[in-house]
This record gives sequence, structure tokens and C-alpha cells, in this order.
Amino acid sequence: MDKKNILNALRLKELVLPLGAIFLGLLVGGIVILWIGKNPFTAYASLFYGAFGDLNRFANTIARATPLILTGLAVAFAFRCGLFNIGVEGQLLIGALSAAFVGTTLSGLPAIIHLPLTILSAMVASAIWAAIPGILKAKRGVHEVINTIMMNFIAYAFVAFIITGPLKAPGQIPKSADILGSAQLIRLSEIAQWSTSRLNTGIFIALLACVAIYYLLWKTTLGYEIRAVGLNPYAAEYGGISVNRNIILAMVISGVLAGLAGAERVLGFHGSFILGFSPGYGFEGIAVALLGKNHPAGVILAAILFGSLSSGGRWMAFNTGVPTDIVTILQAVIIFFVAAEQIVAWFFRNKKKTGQVA
Amino acid sequence: MWDVFGIPLLLATLRSASPLIITAIGGLFAERAGVINIALEGKMLTGAFMAVVVAYFTGNPWLGVFGGIFGGAFLALIHAVVSIKYKANQVVSGTAINILAYGLTVFLLQVFFGVSGTSPSVNKLPAWGPFNPLVYFGLVLVVVAHLFIYYTPQGLRLRAVGENPAAAETVGVNVIRLKYFFVTLSGALAGIAGAALSIGDLSVFVNQMTAGRGFIALAAMIFGKWTPVGALFAALLFGFAEALQIRLQGIVPIPREFVQMIPYVFTMIILAGFVGKATPPAALGK
Repeated sequence: MDKKNILNALRLKELVLPLGAIFLGLLVGGIVILWIGKNPFTAYASLFYGAFGDLNRFANTIARATPLILTGLAVAFAFRCGLFNIGVEGQLLIGALSAAFVGTTLSGLPAIIHLPLTILSAMVASAIWAAIPGILKAKRGVHEVINTIMMNFIAYAFVAFIITGPLKAPGQIPKSADILGSAQLIRLSEIAQWSTSRLNTGIFIALLACVAIYYLLWKTTLGYEIRAVGLNPYAAEYGGISVNRNIILAMVISGVLAGLAGAERVLGFHGSFILGFSPGYGFEGIAVALLGKNHPAGVILAAILFGSLSSGGRWMAFNTGVPTDIVTILQAVIIFFVAAEQIVAWFFRNKKKTGQVA
Repeated sequence: MWDVFGIPLLLATLRSASPLIITAIGGLFAERAGVINIALEGKMLTGAFMAVVVAYFTGNPWLGVFGGIFGGAFLALIHAVVSIKYKANQVVSGTAINILAYGLTVFLLQVFFGVSGTSPSVNKLPAWGPFNPLVYFGLVLVVVAHLFIYYTPQGLRLRAVGENPAAAETVGVNVIRLKYFFVTLSGALAGIAGAALSIGDLSVFVNQMTAGRGFIALAAMIFGKWTPVGALFAALLFGFAEALQIRLQGIVPIPREFVQMIPYVFTMIILAGFVGKATPPAALGK
């Protein structure tokens, strides 16, 4: 096989495996739906309609996908440096908390200053939170997986303390006060009569972040170094790249992305910090990054897929009686298939007997 | 305020620590065999759920414990197949197990009982003195695990596989079979711990009732430096923090959230080597 053919085969594999994983995931989900005595085709059709049936539903899907683009990008970026950042959830919460603090307290500023300042505060807070496991990995050799898990729980407790205590708005619900107008991201429902969607200008931040991360990873020296460390830290070190410095930087940038996700939820989607607002965006980000093959473009597509599953799930449950949580099961099964891509390769090889798919 | 201390506090400590002990021992079996186990939380949750399901349909809480074992072991087996046979990243697979457990329990709660949130109540395990029977099981388990790991040939094989599987293979250890066995065992134990929560302490399943205990057990395993006795004391310490926090509520103005952070902060400190070094098995995750 000449060089060009090998390259094409590689590209094909990049596409076939994620698509195969989605297909197998839907297949398993379909069997589960069948098992509880419902029709999987009606259920999936209903899911699809709920996610994409009209312009407003589509907007809701994109709104649900917005934080996933950012958390997926955060996980993917760390992966590129060989780091598994399970702590995106905690980093997101800390960023959201910082945004809630700055967004509710600094009154009297013009929006042109207040909004960027609020977003910046979220980025910085999350970056610091993410830097801790990065530094502990670089300086003390502690595996980032354990420390990021531990820091998620520290973040849960800390956020609960602040939102039920110092930052709590009067009333029964544990939430912060509403974000001041000067720090809000504008929602679609505010500018379009036809829409009730909370889709907001945060989507542009998410897309911009994808472009920036693409540029950073493949067009700058820093990106080259980070990828080199991810591919082989020993070779990178031998080539004169500081592994420790890049590990810390990769965690910091990953944290910045998580912080943006938190800021978007608080400043745009919800308009305040409601305790427990995240259904696990950080963990869904892991699925998004894996399915998107750690590439910004793939991350966007995977985020829209998972966003559509979540936003369509309610409609499906309402119309067909299949519990929405089938969506969570689908997510998990898709991760299994992406992670164990040999299963996917095996399945399609046996089906088609072509043998060249993987 | 001194009357919060004393015998009731000690009893509450052991009660809180018990599921952590059982789960942490399970976790260390898997990790000693070289398989990262961040899915303890999911296995525990599934165990808690299946225990209630079986206890509900049979009316017998003892059979419920076996339901818990089955639930935990079943998820563990998926983890084993995906990460051992298909060589998937063990952390990714573990993450998927946790997501699956969360989705599956909520989903099946709807399917089996038509409710969301809390299951119908079932017969719970009888109390043996101040504790449910699984508390005693946990204590016996520590002794058995300690003797097994350090004083039997199989224990030596287990340790060898975690440190250097290639070397173990060359002297005739069936590394793959051993990994499958201990990962499944770890799921079974986490499942028992889940049963201890749902039909030992309570008599219902509540969504997400493990509330991070699987991760605290993971922390206890690390804090105890991957040894059964170490895990016991770490779990007792974390159990003490939980019991104390409940008893101090409304008496001392320490926000409970700060007490909740203790296991996680301690684990980070010990892992960083500031207070004695905790070193994982050398071949972990490979």
C-alpha cells in the first residue's frame, strides 16, 4: 500500500470508528427499549423530533451542546498532552462560582467592562483550580486522575457552602442572586420573538475557543510541544521540551476552557448560580472528547450529538413513555464502544467481511 | 458539647466506615491486580439498587445481598472485558461504568417500580446488636484480605501481577484469568457495600444514594497505601469525620461542607508525599 492509500485509510478509520460506536450504542439502546416493551424506532424518531423538529428545538439542542463543546474541548486538550482531566466538572463549578460572584457584586460597571471581567474571573479561577493537579503531577509525580477526582468533591462541597451561605439569594431555592444586566450573555429568546430558547451568545465563545485551540495545537510551538509530550514524554524531554512545564500549561488551558463552560451556564443559560445546575457537563465532556477524537471539529459534532440526546430525551419520554435516562445509558455505552474500538472493528469486520474497515 | 463524644460516636463511626471498608478492600484487590478502579462508585450504586430489587421481589433481604453482589460483579465484568480483553483505557472504562450505573439505576427504578427518586420500601437486614450484619462482614474481610494477600501463594501471585505482570507470566501465573477474577471480586464487594447502604442502613433505594462514597472508598484505599489494614484505618478516620459532622451539626459552627472535604484533602496531601509516601502498584493501568 502506498503512502497516500495508508493516509486515506487512516482518515476513514477516524470517521468509521466513532460512527460505528454511535451505531452500536443506538443498537444496544434499542434492545433495552425493546426489552421494556416499547418500539425503539418510534422512540428514536421522537427523540430526533424533540431535538431537531423545529427551529426552537434546534436552538435548545445547541444550547444544551454549548457547555459540552467547551468541556469536551477541555478534556480533549488535556488528552493531547497525555493527561486525563476528570476534574473538568469541578473546574467548571469553580469558574461558574467566580462568574456568579463577580457577575452579581460589581454593580455600576458598563457591560463592555463588566462582562469580559466576569468571564475572565471564571477563566482565572478554573485555571488555578486545574493548575493544582497539574503542579502536583509535574513536581510530585502524582497521577492527575486521582487528584482531579478528589478536587471535584472538594469543589462540590465548597460550592455548596458558598451558594447556601455567603452568596445565597433570599428565598427557598439555594441559588445566587441574578446576574446583573451588565454581565449577562444575551439569550436568543430576548432578541427573537419566535424563540423561548436560552441559547445565548456563549455559543460564539465556545466556537471561538474551538478555533483558538485548533490554532494553538497545530500552528504554534506551544501546541507542538504539548502534543509531543502527549505522544511520548521521554522523547519530548530528550528533544529539549520541558515536560513539566507543558503538563502544568495544558492543565491550566484545560481549566480555562472548563471555566468558560461554567461562565456560559451562569451568565447566559441560567442567569444565576443555581446549586446543582450541572447534570455532569464535565463528565459528558469526557464522552464528547473521546467520540470527537480529541479534535476541535470532532468535539463540536460530538457535543451536538450528546446535546441532542439530552434535549430530545424529554420529548421522547413524554410521547413514548421511555424514561429519559435511556439517554444516560446510551452515553455510557457509546463511551465503551469508543474506548474499546476493537469491538467496533470486530463487529463491522464480521458483518461485512471486508476486513479493511479498521 | 462534650456529650457528643463517647460510645454512640464510636458506634456511628464504625457504621459510617463499614461500606467504605468493604469497598476499599474490593478496590485494592483490583488495583493490586493492576486494574485501575475508579468505578467503585458505580458498582456500589448498582449493588445498592439490585439488593433492593431482589429483596423486593423475593421478600428476603439475605437474597438481596446476593442481588447486590450480582449487580456489582456484573458491572465489574463489563469493566474487565472492556479493559482487559479489549485493552481500553481503564480510566475511560471506569468513567463509563459510573455513568452507566447512574443511568441504569434511575432507568430501572422507573421500569421496575414506576417511580423516580425513591424505591418502595423492602425488608431490611436484621440488626445484630448495634449493627447490621454486613458491618461484621467488613471487619472479617479486613483480616481475611490481609492474610490472603501476605500469607498465601495466591496472594503473592496477586501482588506479583500488580508489580510486574510479565515476570509473573514467565513463572506460570495466568495473568489474564487472575485479573478477571479480582476485578469481578472487587465489583462483588462494592456491591455488598451498596447493599449495606440500601438494605442494611435503610430499607429503600434512593437515587444516587452512594453520594460519592465509592470515591471516598477509593481515597481510603490510597490513604491506606493499598493495604487492607491501612484501608481499615483510613475508612475509620473518614467514617469518624462523617459521624462527628452529623453529631456536631447545630452545636459547633463548622460548616459541614468543610468536614466533607476532609477525606479528599487528606488523600491529596498523602499522595503528594507530604506525609509519608503512598506508592501505587507499579504496573497499575498497564
